[in-house]
Amino acid sequence: MSEIAALYIFVLACFIGYYVIWGVTPSLHTPLVALTNAISGIVIVGALLVSGFEEAGLGAEIMGFFAVLLASINVFGGFLVTNRMLAMFKKKDRK
Amino acid sequence: MELTANAQALAYLVSAILFILALKGLTHPKSARNGNYFGMAGMAIAIGATLLGSEVQSYGFIIAGVAAGAVIGSVLAARVEMTAMPQLVAALHSFVGMAAVLVAAGTFLNKQAAGQLNAVLMGELSAGIIIGAITFSGSVIAFGKLQGLISGAPIRFSGQHMLNAAIALVTVAFGVHFALTESMSSLIIMTLLAFVLGFTLIIPIGGADMPVIISMLNSYSGWAAAATGFTLHNNLLIIVGAIVGFSGAILSYIMCKAMNRSIINVVFGGFGSEAGGESSAAAMAVEKGVKSASIEDAIYWMEDANRVIIIPGYGMAVAQAQHALKEFMELLEERGVEVKFAIHPVAGRMPGHMNVLLAEADIAYDHVLEMDEINPDFPTTDVALVVGANDVTNPAARTDPSSPIHGMPILDVDKARNIYVIKRSMNPGYSGVDNLLYYQDNCSLIFGDAKEVAEGLVTALKGGGH
Repeated sequence: MSEIAALYIFVLACFIGYYVIWGVTPSLHTPLVALTNAISGIVIVGALLVSGFEEAGLGAEIMGFFAVLLASINVFGGFLVTNRMLAMFKKKDRK
Repeated sequence: MELTANAQALAYLVSAILFILALKGLTHPKSARNGNYFGMAGMAIAIGATLLGSEVQSYGFIIAGVAAGAVIGSVLAARVEMTAMPQLVAALHSFVGMAAVLVAAGTFLNKQAAGQLNAVLMGELSAGIIIGAITFSGSVIAFGKLQGLISGAPIRFSGQHMLNAAIALVTVAFGVHFALTESMSSLIIMTLLAFVLGFTLIIPIGGADMPVIISMLNSYSGWAAAATGFTLHNNLLIIVGAIVGFSGAILSYIMCKAMNRSIINVVFGGFGSEAGGESSAAAMAVEKGVKSASIEDAIYWMEDANRVIIIPGYGMAVAQAQHALKEFMELLEERGVEVKFAIHPVAGRMPGHMNVLLAEADIAYDHVLEMDEINPDFPTTDVALVVGANDVTNPAARTDPSSPIHGMPILDVDKARNIYVIKRSMNPGYSGVDNLLYYQDNCSLIFGDAKEVAEGLVTALKGGGH
């Protein structure tokens, strides 16, 4: 894939981000930060590629392992804590 | 089964769409939980497609890493106190930053072993490492400040900005040198300098500016993911990184606007000192011509009111007063009083912090209103009860052009008929500006811990009042 195509995708994704995020209600800004945290755990894909590389040396494997570990903490911690917070947002007629 | 490159790319596309829908879900509390599930599905698809692709051949380290990460992440998420959410978020940001650094460094080693290095790739690797490292050390500092491990006060010295600029320039110079020469020592020096830069960038920023810092680091963690995407030529990482990066940037903008400050002003200093010493609050109050009131006085005005608005701030979070306030709200509602909560965008230590704490106390979200929604209601409100908020209620922001906070949008608490402020001491807010609200004839201060006073209000109201 060419660098230019990657740049196209990047810029267009910035626009998507801009419009989607302005739609988020201010009362959910903390869950938004937690959710984007979980989503940025997507670096786990990079971590998997590093540690799963067939000819990876020991150095790369160890780096890959820690990257997988940290990114997984983000993924699991981020989504679960977001879920926990969102479960608390209720309307009045709750009981 | 092994996925072809095309099938994998399509799976990544589905995953990207699910992430966008996840964020779209946060438009309303009703759709938010489903949104979060979309996000989980997107992540599961992305991980599955990567593992099934031809590039991943060994699984030992991966299984160990994911398993350990899953346990640690789940325990953190289940145990964290809602008041400590800013710390958790800061910690998670630091993990993304570190993961990005490790991925870039590991990719370098792998590509070197495979003989596939080129200048463009190494330039991208450098960008990934620099952004990741700044995100990591910056977030560690933010965590330390939030957790009280290091002083929340801004740490400043002369020549600070020059120093930061110098470090940044030298870091980039080593990055360029690395990209052109493949020099391992340049790579290492660049990485270390980037860690130092994250530290020196965040250390001067005061604890009260945390909503901006959290948002900014959120943004950095996104850009770090995007940079990783460029190095790996992975569209999914580029898309997700860009969206997260923009999310944090927009939140930073909203937070700055709510303080009437530019992002430059926050990052490069201004005010932000944490107040110290709390001796003889009542004595100081008398000296300054401020009225103090008892819990009974406040109840007298509130028990038969038509409308009461409660304005929570960081003081409520520190005192954990939200549960007592919820009980107080219910008692007032039983008496036919309409009770609402008014939230300023920068109340608390991260965007939306107050909303989560009130939700935790089981206060329905339709009782909790944002600044613009509730401001028109203040003139027809019998009692405004301020709980641990300060600068965001200061009418000087509207009336006094010489005030440092002039122009900052505030909650129009001063327009309510009666105002009670629960406050631990007469110390000014983080801006160091005296709150003109306290000198109004219809405003009285109740000195004490927010939780104790709120519980006192509950007891007094249960006792039948007067």
